[in-house]
Amino acid sequence: MSIYNAPLKDMHFALHEIAGLSEVLSLPGFEDVTPELVAAVLSEAGKFAREVLDPLNRTGDTIGARLENGVVTAPEGYRAAYAKFIEAGWNGLGADPAYGGQGLPHTVAMVVQEIWNSANMSFCLAPMLTSGVLEALRHHASPEQHALFSPKLTAGEWSGTMNLTEPQAGSDLSAVRTQAVRQGGHYLLRGTKIFITWGEHDMSENIVHLVLARTPDAPEGVKGISLFIVPKFLLGADGSAGERNDVKCVSIERKLGIHASPTCVLSYGEDKGAVGHLVGEENRGLEYMFTMMNHARLGVGVEGVGLAERAYQHALEYAKTRVQGRVMTKMRGQPSGDRVTIIHHPDVKRMLLSMKAQTEAMRALAYTAGAALDKARRHPDPAEKRRSQALVDLLTPIVKGWCTEQGVEVASTGMQVHGGMGFVEETGAAQYLRDARITTIYEGTTGIQANDLVGRKVAFEKGATAMALIAEMRALDAPLAALGADFSAARSNFTAAIDSLESATLWVVDTYSQSPNAVAAVAVPYLKLFGAVAGAWVMARSAIVAREKLKAPESDREFLTAKMNTARFYAEHILPQARAHADTVITGSASVLALEEAQF
Amino acid sequence: MKVLVTVKRVIDPYVKVRVKSDGSGVETANIKMTMNPFCEIAVEQAVRMKEAGVVTEIVVVSVGAQQSQETLRTAMAMGADRGILVDAGVDVEPLAVAKLLKAIIAKENPQLVITGKQAIDDDSNQTGQMISALMGWPQATFISTITVNGDTADVTREIDGGLEKLTIKLPAVVTSDLRLNEPRYVTLPNIMKAKKKPMEVIKPDALGVDVTPRLKVLKVQEPPSRSAGVKVADVKELVAKLKNEARVI
Repeated sequence: MSIYNAPLKDMHFALHEIAGLSEVLSLPGFEDVTPELVAAVLSEAGKFAREVLDPLNRTGDTIGARLENGVVTAPEGYRAAYAKFIEAGWNGLGADPAYGGQGLPHTVAMVVQEIWNSANMSFCLAPMLTSGVLEALRHHASPEQHALFSPKLTAGEWSGTMNLTEPQAGSDLSAVRTQAVRQGGHYLLRGTKIFITWGEHDMSENIVHLVLARTPDAPEGVKGISLFIVPKFLLGADGSAGERNDVKCVSIERKLGIHASPTCVLSYGEDKGAVGHLVGEENRGLEYMFTMMNHARLGVGVEGVGLAERAYQHALEYAKTRVQGRVMTKMRGQPSGDRVTIIHHPDVKRMLLSMKAQTEAMRALAYTAGAALDKARRHPDPAEKRRSQALVDLLTPIVKGWCTEQGVEVASTGMQVHGGMGFVEETGAAQYLRDARITTIYEGTTGIQANDLVGRKVAFEKGATAMALIAEMRALDAPLAALGADFSAARSNFTAAIDSLESATLWVVDTYSQSPNAVAAVAVPYLKLFGAVAGAWVMARSAIVAREKLKAPESDREFLTAKMNTARFYAEHILPQARAHADTVITGSASVLALEEAQF
Repeated sequence: MKVLVTVKRVIDPYVKVRVKSDGSGVETANIKMTMNPFCEIAVEQAVRMKEAGVVTEIVVVSVGAQQSQETLRTAMAMGADRGILVDAGVDVEPLAVAKLLKAIIAKENPQLVITGKQAIDDDSNQTGQMISALMGWPQATFISTITVNGDTADVTREIDGGLEKLTIKLPAVVTSDLRLNEPRYVTLPNIMKAKKKPMEVIKPDALGVDVTPRLKVLKVQEPPSRSAGVKVADVKELVAKLKNEARVI
């Protein structure tokens, strides 16, 4: 069994050289945040993850959360780990200092999230949802609501949940039926919510549910949904958790992965009605939810990065210790070579490199989106602020959709490295694959992300931001040419992939206005195309920076030459898929639309 | 009372240590470094004594390269009040470290010095003892408990035969063993506060100490890898092998 070590060197490289941390730290509000401080935070987070969270990941998977008599118990050790987590103040890392948070940049919070996700994704869903609730409250809650809920949520003494889904309202929230009836200063809620992550548990003193529901006279559809705060325990006069509210957990799901995280069915108002407090105005709930959606979707993308990294570390350790077969370089007729660890076999090396290359590309892209989010919020220059917002809007469905799809693939390759031993649960490789599988589904499936990308992002603005990004990618051609003959195939692959992305983007823009269905039919291949090329963009920059740094006499040769080679591998092994995706985008929608329902 | 705690920056225990290709030492460039675990226990003890009201100020000192400031910041995030770095580079031998610390102790005048029993890089296990000798102070090495009573301290030492209980006069030097405590996880707010705590950087010359190494490293090499074991038929064969082949009995 491997031990998780946060890949701090890789993280710092992606943060400083690709995402541009120094620019983020120069934004107003981050005056006190220095690179040394960021390094100390990451180092301590890595230590906490390695020593507290990672060792619980396996047992959490085996034991799982349990429901008995309406009480959900987290797996053994989780409660104590959560207490340590909040005591160490990690819960408030990116939160508003006004309520006790540390106010660190989103970019830094993202790196720390990657660390938690690598160590124990099930566990860190609880604090992740809490920060989602805080994010939703940040813009729309009243000062009184902030005073009651924000400090406790920031400290993690109370945790948060998101209640959107109902049995008939999954990806389509217009079908939400939960009722909220006004009664004096509050509302009474009745209805059933499903898929509520950490919806009930014993780790925090109170749970703050954010619930989408309809008031009796609300209009049909998405314009008639309001947002409510429903605490598990009603608050006493002093703001402390008191009497139990009328919300209970009636079952938890049996599922493929994230076993330690209870996925709850919550029943509201079976008795006298669950007391809820309206956030903002009636009928604007979905709009409020969407303000935190970028944040949450980037967060799920980071889950993909974290799991990919963990699966890679796990497979790498196995490949370096498992002895099997002999080296192939011996000539025929000569005695065969020594038995070797499997990392000496070219195909195993190829698999490990594909995991490493994809993980590094995903990481650099996710951090880049994080940095754009910080700039979009805080940049003093309005034009730069707008440009950053457009970039984060464009990158969000890509980071969510592509990083999670690749996360599944990387975890699957991790299992493959283990051979038959990986299919057996004992080696632990399977858990990463099972855990990763939900990430392409929740917080908007890959299909939903892809529709968002082609519709609201690319077609809506006639491809402006995408084309600006493509121009930035093209500007790398000269520095790539300077990398020499070793990079000539990589460079021409990159140019071809950018051409593919450009033609597919033009096709999306041209086609969307007449036939949105045709675009929707190939939206996922377009998202994968964009992801692959955006990944190549950050990897090309890595190679260019690494070559530059290698010129210094005291440079870290081993690390930097590996960075260059990994970028080259990406361009030679992963990037050629871009062309295939582009072909599918441009030619493939008719066959999808042609088949009638009856023909299936 | 004032406590002085020493900390050393060492290779992270989770990193696989590699010998430099020229055999001059182990590879430390571009490798994750951390606070020596025994020093962490020493800092934790001082912080607990401060929380218990026994200690009023904790000064943490490191002898090493500039990067050791990170290690001092970690100690300050754990709860030390201020840091002193003696900027003497990495290859400083225990005697030179002890002499530098003697000079600092003379300035700072602490009632108690806590060091780790040894550092996990070179495992010298000498600095604490040497400080005690240079200062002419009592010493208690490998301690697993300590209680201060006015101008004495009761300590438990972990020795080969079991536990030894001693009362030592203060000021004194103690060195921490593994079971003294379990160090806390640094909290995020304290990491942020630590960067505002005072840090002083001193050159060895300013303390009048010559840190020139007195030992010469001839060669550093990996230990030979273990070969596969053999099964013996009975005790008699085992004894014979231990006697004739291994020559250990």
